Amino acid sequence: MRPIRGGHLLSLDGVSRDQVLDVLDTAESFVEVNRRTIRKVPALTGRVVASLFFEESTRTRLSFETAAKRLSADVISLAVASSSVKKGESLRDTISTVEALGLDAVVLRHRSSGAAEQVARFVPHVHVINAGDGQHQHPTQGLLDAFTVRQVLAERHGTSGPESGAELFAGLRVVIVGDIRHSRVARSDIAVYLALGATVRVVGPGTLVPAEVAQWGVEVSDDLDEALEWAQIVGLLRLQVERGGGEFVPSLGEFSTHWGLSVERLGALSPDTLVMHPGPMNRGVEIAHAVADSPQSLVTRQVANGVPVRMAVLYLTVAGGEDR
Amino acid sequence: MSLSESPSGTAPSRHSVLGSDDVARALRRMAHEIVERNHGSGDLVVVGVQRGGAPIATRLAAHLGEILAQPIEHVDLDVSFYRDDIGASPLRDAAPTTLSSDVSGRVVVLVDDVLFTGRTVRAALNALLTFGRPSAVHLAVLVDRGHRELPLRADYVGKNLPTSREERVVATLDGVWIERLP
Amino acid sequence: MNRLVLRGGEVVGPLGVRRADVLVDDGRVIEVGPALEVANAVEIDCAGSYVGPAFVDLHAHLREPGGRGAETVHSGARAGVVGGYGALVAMPNTEPALDSVPLVRDVLERGRSSVLDVAVCAAITVGRAGERLAPLADLASIGVHLFSDDGTGVANPLVMRRALEYARPLGVRLAQHCEDAALCEGGVMNEGEWSLRLGLGGRPAAAEEMMVARDLELVRLTGGRLHFLHLSTLRSLELVEAARAEGLDVTFEVTPHHLTLDESACAEYDPDFKVHPPLRPRQDVEGLRRWAREGRLDAVATDHAPHTPEAKDRPFDEAPAGLLGLEHAASLVHEALGENNPVELFRLLSRGPARIAGLDRRGAFGLSAHGGDVAPGEDANLVVFEPTATWVVDRTRLQSRATNTPYHGRSLVGRVRHTLVRGQLRVREGDLR
Repeated sequence: MRPIRGGHLLSLDGVSRDQVLDVLDTAESFVEVNRRTIRKVPALTGRVVASLFFEESTRTRLSFETAAKRLSADVISLAVASSSVKKGESLRDTISTVEALGLDAVVLRHRSSGAAEQVARFVPHVHVINAGDGQHQHPTQGLLDAFTVRQVLAERHGTSGPESGAELFAGLRVVIVGDIRHSRVARSDIAVYLALGATVRVVGPGTLVPAEVAQWGVEVSDDLDEALEWAQIVGLLRLQVERGGGEFVPSLGEFSTHWGLSVERLGALSPDTLVMHPGPMNRGVEIAHAVADSPQSLVTRQVANGVPVRMAVLYLTVAGGEDR
Repeated sequence: MSLSESPSGTAPSRHSVLGSDDVARALRRMAHEIVERNHGSGDLVVVGVQRGGAPIATRLAAHLGEILAQPIEHVDLDVSFYRDDIGASPLRDAAPTTLSSDVSGRVVVLVDDVLFTGRTVRAALNALLTFGRPSAVHLAVLVDRGHRELPLRADYVGKNLPTSREERVVATLDGVWIERLP
Repeated sequence: MNRLVLRGGEVVGPLGVRRADVLVDDGRVIEVGPALEVANAVEIDCAGSYVGPAFVDLHAHLREPGGRGAETVHSGARAGVVGGYGALVAMPNTEPALDSVPLVRDVLERGRSSVLDVAVCAAITVGRAGERLAPLADLASIGVHLFSDDGTGVANPLVMRRALEYARPLGVRLAQHCEDAALCEGGVMNEGEWSLRLGLGGRPAAAEEMMVARDLELVRLTGGRLHFLHLSTLRSLELVEAARAEGLDVTFEVTPHHLTLDESACAEYDPDFKVHPPLRPRQDVEGLRRWAREGRLDAVATDHAPHTPEAKDRPFDEAPAGLLGLEHAASLVHEALGENNPVELFRLLSRGPARIAGLDRRGAFGLSAHGGDVAPGEDANLVVFEPTATWVVDRTRLQSRATNTPYHGRSLVGRVRHTLVRGQLRVREGDLR
């Protein structure tokens, strides 16, 4: 993969272990910054970061904008509703207009796969950070998921994240459940876990787990309960509700019964097994209400770790050196 | 290897200035100076600047503890995010900051290995001030090699060392060296 | 002066190559032979080059009416002659579709004033909607020889059956874009490991192959004539070849891009690589090339599909499908053939398509005869192709109004030097005159 330092973060496909660790270790420093009374460092003073959310996601946008502000960057936020994109302006023109304002970085969320890659081609001197593109990738989510797992496992082993490096991921058994086909989070999570040395298994309805997934180096399982028994980490994915209307699964109820993490299934898990969800959750569909709030759930930690991980990504890409 | 090959592939010449015993002596002397100057102020905290200052601060705090017969708080401070060359030179890997308490009203002894342009100390002061308003900040360095680019001076110096800008100074508990690229 | 002599080239006939000069006058080939002694003729240097019948494109989207921002009949014709073409078949998926005599006549008239011969492939159904038959008999009577709803296929098997039956006694040929629309829903590239990795919707090979299989059964049922447009998988070719061995009157084309690009080209999300049917896995590309080398293809057609830059400056899934073909097709086919194979090059680009399009004889609207033997008395539609010349594709220097070529910056071997249409020297040393 292309360098993150001084470059872009478009995808985690092909990311190396060292690249992941660079982000995770840098994020540890920002966790400490976020504990200070003044949670702000001047690292990106005078830099301009634009957050362009062509697809609304309040939580991801706030997380990125908070991260940029804590690095002292100026933040320009393009409100999608008032944007000229809807008036038929091409993606290239929209980006060029914003670039003319003098930008150092663009945080881009778009409904189309590959939009971040295209924008990086349109404005090669601006650092582009993919905040989710269609059904392709959501790299900062993958990184913060790995960061959260390492943080929790390091605590259990009485060590620290940076000290443990990638050790705690060696042979770690991760199961990802649900809509693999359409999930950008699944693609980023799989890439990051494999880069760190974990073993990844995927389970879901046949319509949502294409056979080609096996070529990514993951195991495909048909038996959720067996996979859950095997797992140390269970990653759930959001099922887009419209996919449960008979097209991909007959009903949300059937999906929930056969592939949802119910209270009964939680009970069958090893007490050490951790449950993750990128949010926003469909409680009662892929995750039972009580499971989301159980002590084994890392959901709130994932949200909290979003800011330091995104600070690390902004810092490494924007400040990461002049030779690009 | 022929002489025409790149200098970076060749080991720098290294010449010793202080041995480990000299360093130990210098740090003990500095500890006594700190005690003398802060007699009775009591509330000292030693802050090592990551990365080179951290081990030196550890040793200095130990000496202070022995002299004062009470433990002296010692923490580390990383200044990566406060540097003024961010984006202009390759990033340095961030190191842990263990300073977490309010330093308001306390006397901070900021410790670094080498005082050179003064830019790292400037960054450290900015970082430190986000942790409160100390009653005083003193600067202790193992080596002062000159060439200041900012109006700063050290309060406690282990060794004043005249150097040229092209030289590199390595100052650790094991000794002090000047390195010169051939 | 219309008297020209093509000097010192290798004249490529249907069976072989010989060094000869070619004298052209008044739109016809007058004499072919070694070291012709000719006075009062413009001398055209053809040393080191093939001289053969000008190329014929079975499949060009000229965007008139309704899409003049991307291409016009005249600009498409200029792109054609630069690419060595003497005749183009204009496809009917315009706005409105070419489904009536006045609309078709208008395009033919525009073609008559262009730099080459323009024939029209008219729509099979009204508005290409796949429901009611267009006036095939009226259109056939003004000289239309090919009919297609290209862009999409005729999805309803009953409508397709009726069209095949109705067309049969008219002596015309239907041409089908084979991709099952339901299976391709939301698809923007070949379905497989790449589409999954890139998070792009897939168009499975099966969508093409099942429609090929269905249409072969309909041809068997009706005794109709059918041409398969832009086949892109090895399995499709096998199905058609097997059916022909049983006596069905079916022909097919492949495109230069399916011979030279595979699906991995979509990895950078550049919409210039988005095309229907999509770029396929490498095994298919290699299979198609193998068939080309074995002489088993009927024709190469460009599917030249101009789009405006603003249409292509969109995300991959939103951008329109299609890419330019006319100006580099011959070089790409030359590359795909792999070895110097001039007889096959001219069969795939000229003689084969001319026969399928009915352009091998003179027609209405001043259309001349194409794909001949380069012999005295023939219409002088000729191309001079230098097989060893190298050049780099530059999208800013195309004759097409559009720039959506996936080959920008690519170095190609083999280039068109001169093109003659009806005896007129339209391109000399690569430059439009």
